[in-house]
Amino acid sequence: MNKLSLMGLFGLVVRRDLLLAMRRRADVLTTLIFFVMVVSLFPLGVGPEIDMLRKMASGVVWVAALLASMLSLPRMFSADYADGTLEQMMLAPQSLSVLVLGKIVAHWMLSGLPLALIAPVLGLQFDMSAPALWTLVLTLLLGTPVLSMIGAIGAALTLGLRGGGVLVSLLVLPLCIPVLIFGAGAVDAVTSGMSVASNMSLLGAFMLFALVFTPFVAAQALRISME
Amino acid sequence: MLEVGNLACSRGDHRLFSGLCFTLQPGQLLQVQGANGSGKTSLLRTLCGFIQPDEGEILWHGKRVRDLGEDYYAELLYLGHLNAIKDELNALENLQMSAGLAGYTISEKQAVSVLRRMGLQRREHLPVRVLSQGQRRRVALARLLTSDAHLWILDEPLTALDVGAVGLMQELIGEHLSKGGMTIFTTHQPLQVAGVETRQLTLS
Repeated sequence: MNKLSLMGLFGLVVRRDLLLAMRRRADVLTTLIFFVMVVSLFPLGVGPEIDMLRKMASGVVWVAALLASMLSLPRMFSADYADGTLEQMMLAPQSLSVLVLGKIVAHWMLSGLPLALIAPVLGLQFDMSAPALWTLVLTLLLGTPVLSMIGAIGAALTLGLRGGGVLVSLLVLPLCIPVLIFGAGAVDAVTSGMSVASNMSLLGAFMLFALVFTPFVAAQALRISME
Repeated sequence: MLEVGNLACSRGDHRLFSGLCFTLQPGQLLQVQGANGSGKTSLLRTLCGFIQPDEGEILWHGKRVRDLGEDYYAELLYLGHLNAIKDELNALENLQMSAGLAGYTISEKQAVSVLRRMGLQRREHLPVRVLSQGQRRRVALARLLTSDAHLWILDEPLTALDVGAVGLMQELIGEHLSKGGMTIFTTHQPLQVAGVETRQLTLS
């Protein structure tokens, strides 16, 4: 019997959540398909006015990403809560924050990362330029982890509540507005020929800030929900 | 050694118990008894730290559990009403994952031999969702065999188990106690461990 290090435990939680998601693929695909559908509906609804589409592209993709990532949030802890695994996680002889961070990272890999990777294909429908597409992917890569991290707090707080899914969105969406503004703003800056440095630095700062604080806060919220 | 002094606990406005005191020494077995709703599960969950007691102290080797935190959890094994196993995973994966969450790794060979002893041979690679209720409970109980925790807190460990498995549980608890372990459990079925006196704690 070998003791498991903190990193080992982190890796185990990430691996476990990815393995579970692979055995239950429908959940992962729901988020992605929702994202693709919402973004694709706009060109159809607005019509072939290429200038208008180009202008709204970044905003549409970002709002759709925000809503899509809300879809999978209620499931972040609920399965573990229902079958008792969460109790065992609380009793792990390591920091609960690290466990929660592992779950957040796995959640991002399953909900945020696929959105960022498929975004360029969707951006083509809006006739976005190549630099704008790159910036879009980059902002999504920086911004979606923040959505997962803030979302984890909401998911932990609403654990075991009826209608928790709606409540999570109400709690989390307002907190995600800065990410939306600077994410979409960076893409607009590129299309109008300005520097993206300020937007990107702010997004990076949000991510680091969230990385430091949210796992701890989410862990405390879980302890409250378990009482 | 686990010492509980003047413990009080309530759920909502309802006071479940108060002034509860007991000490558990290595090698001792404690059965918590009481009618439905008398607070057995709440007591066990308080001992695990899920619930904050209203009053009183829980000491592990003379130190407050709250201050020990993760050091206490490393010595504790809790088995609740919920099995904490995943339907999508097979018995082997479940056992390895729960060992990982408890802070250690076990080899596949070791996991297979443990599952054999739990009477799950040739079921190791089946998804747990196709197993019966009793077999799922056995998968959950297999954790007892891999762990080196000193304090076992078992909430209704015998639910859904057949006569053979109940015998096996008595054997496991006996082995654990003879190694200087401690066990607190609740059950509505008789559970006798050979050569060990079962202490009773009745909540009313």
